[in-house]
Amino acid sequence: MTVKYTEDHEWVRVEGGVATVGITDHAQEQLGDVVFVELPDTGQTVARGDASGVVESVKAASEIYAPVSGEIVEVNQALVDTPGTVNSDPTGAGWFYKIKFSDPSELDGLMDEAAYKAHAGG
Amino acid sequence: MTDSPNLKTTPLTALHESLGGKMVPFAGYMMPVQFPLGVLSEHRHTRAKAGLFDVSHMGQLRIDGHDAGSRLETLVPGDIVGLGTGRMRYTQFTNADGGILDDLMVTNAGDHLFVVVNAACKEADTALLKGSLGKAVVELPDRALLALQGPAAEGVLKTLAPAAAEMAFMTYAAMDVAGIPCFVTRSGYTGEDGYEISVPADRAATLAEQLLAHPDVEPIGLGARDSLRLEAGLCLYGHDIDTTTSPIEAALTWSIGKRRREEGGFPGAVRIQSEIANGPARRRVGIKPEGRAPAREGTEITDADGRAIGQVTSGGFGPSVDGPVAMGYVETGFAKDGTAVQLVVRGKPMPARVTRLPFVAPGYKRG
Repeated sequence: MTVKYTEDHEWVRVEGGVATVGITDHAQEQLGDVVFVELPDTGQTVARGDASGVVESVKAASEIYAPVSGEIVEVNQALVDTPGTVNSDPTGAGWFYKIKFSDPSELDGLMDEAAYKAHAGG
Repeated sequence: MTDSPNLKTTPLTALHESLGGKMVPFAGYMMPVQFPLGVLSEHRHTRAKAGLFDVSHMGQLRIDGHDAGSRLETLVPGDIVGLGTGRMRYTQFTNADGGILDDLMVTNAGDHLFVVVNAACKEADTALLKGSLGKAVVELPDRALLALQGPAAEGVLKTLAPAAAEMAFMTYAAMDVAGIPCFVTRSGYTGEDGYEISVPADRAATLAEQLLAHPDVEPIGLGARDSLRLEAGLCLYGHDIDTTTSPIEAALTWSIGKRRREEGGFPGAVRIQSEIANGPARRRVGIKPEGRAPAREGTEITDADGRAIGQVTSGGFGPSVDGPVAMGYVETGFAKDGTAVQLVVRGKPMPARVTRLPFVAPGYKRG
C-alpha cells in the first residue's frame, strides 16, 4: 500500500488496482468546518483532472479532482449526512471515493509524502 | 502569515493572535476570520451564550451641532431629526441615482450624533460627511469598537456595567464598563440581543480580556459574523447592497420614516419615492435551497423554465438553520414568500424557495 498526494491537496491510497481518494489534513485545516460534500456516482468513468466531487466549508467551496483516470467503484455515502467527518478524520473515515484506475502510470505523476509536505508548506 | 505591509491593525490585533485567531486581510485590516473554536462552533456559541467580536475596523464619527440631524438628513433617507435622545437608527447614505453608498448606524447622543460606518467605506463616508457638513464632523480614530452578542450578553455585561442591563434594543448610554468610560448601545448585527461598546483604543484590550474572562464568552471571528448576519437577514455592504441597489429594492423601506418618504430631501429621493409608490422592479429576498448544497454569492436564480430572474448576493451554510441559506435579488413577480425558483450551482439547477427573512427568530430585547 502506498499513499500519494496531488497538488490539489488530495491523498490517494493505492491498494491493488484501486485508489482511495480524500483530502489531506492540511486541506481540511485550510477549509475549516466542512458542511457539504457532493460525491460522484458509482460506476461513473472519470479522466484524470476531472471535477469529481465538491467539498464545501462554511467559508468556501472546493472541487475534488480525479487524481487518476478510471471508474468510480465506491463512494463514502456517510459523508453526505456527516460532512464534519472530513475535518475529524480526513485521512480515515473522511475518504471520498474509490477509483479503479485504468492507467497505473498516472500514479507516477503524484507526489510522495515528503514532496507533498514541501508543497503544503511543511 | 504572509507579509502585509499595507494592512492596518486594531487595538486588539495582538490579543487575537495570542488567542489563536486566523488572521486574514479584510477591508484594509488584518482581522481574525476564526479562532480555534471554528466558524460553526463560534456561530452556535453566539446564539447559545455570548460572542465577543472586534469591530474596531469600522468607522466611528461624531457630528456636532444642534442642527446635526437636519444636516445629516440631506445625505440619508432615515428620520434623524425625529430620533430621540439616547436612541439609534439604521439608515443608508444614498447617491443621486438612489443607490446605496454605505449603510450606517446613527445615534442621538444628546449633544451630538454618534455614527458608525463600514470599514471599507469609511474614508469615502468621511469625505462625504465633511464635504457636506464641514467641521461639525469629527473622526474618532482613537476609539475601538467591541460587539458582545448573544442571549448571555446582558448577564455578562452587567457584571462590569450594571446599568447596561436596563437598556432597551437600539438605545445608547455613556457609561463606565469595568471603570473605563465607554459609549454603549444595545445593538449588533447578529440577530441576537447584545451590545456594541465604543471604548478608548488604549483600554480596548483590557476590556476585551475582562469580557473574555467570563465563562459564557468566546472570541468570534469574521466567518461567524458573516453567517450570523446572513441568518438574521441583514445586508452586507458591497454584497447585498451597493450603488446599484436602492433601499427599496433592498427591502429596507422600513428604515425610511413616514415624514422622509413624503418630504424627500435626500439624494435619490425621486427614484426612491417612485419605487415606494409603484414598487421596485426587483427585490431582495431570502432564498432557502431545498437540498444541502450551499449557493454562494453570484449564483444565478432562474424561474422553473430556466429563465434568469436574479442573483444570489450572499449565500452559504447557516449553522443554526443547519442547512444552506441565501439572499439575493429577484424580479418582483417572484418575490412572494414560498415562490419556487432554481439556483444554478456548478451548472446544475437546484430547487429552492423564496422565503421570509430572517431565517432565525431575532433575540432583540425590545423596550
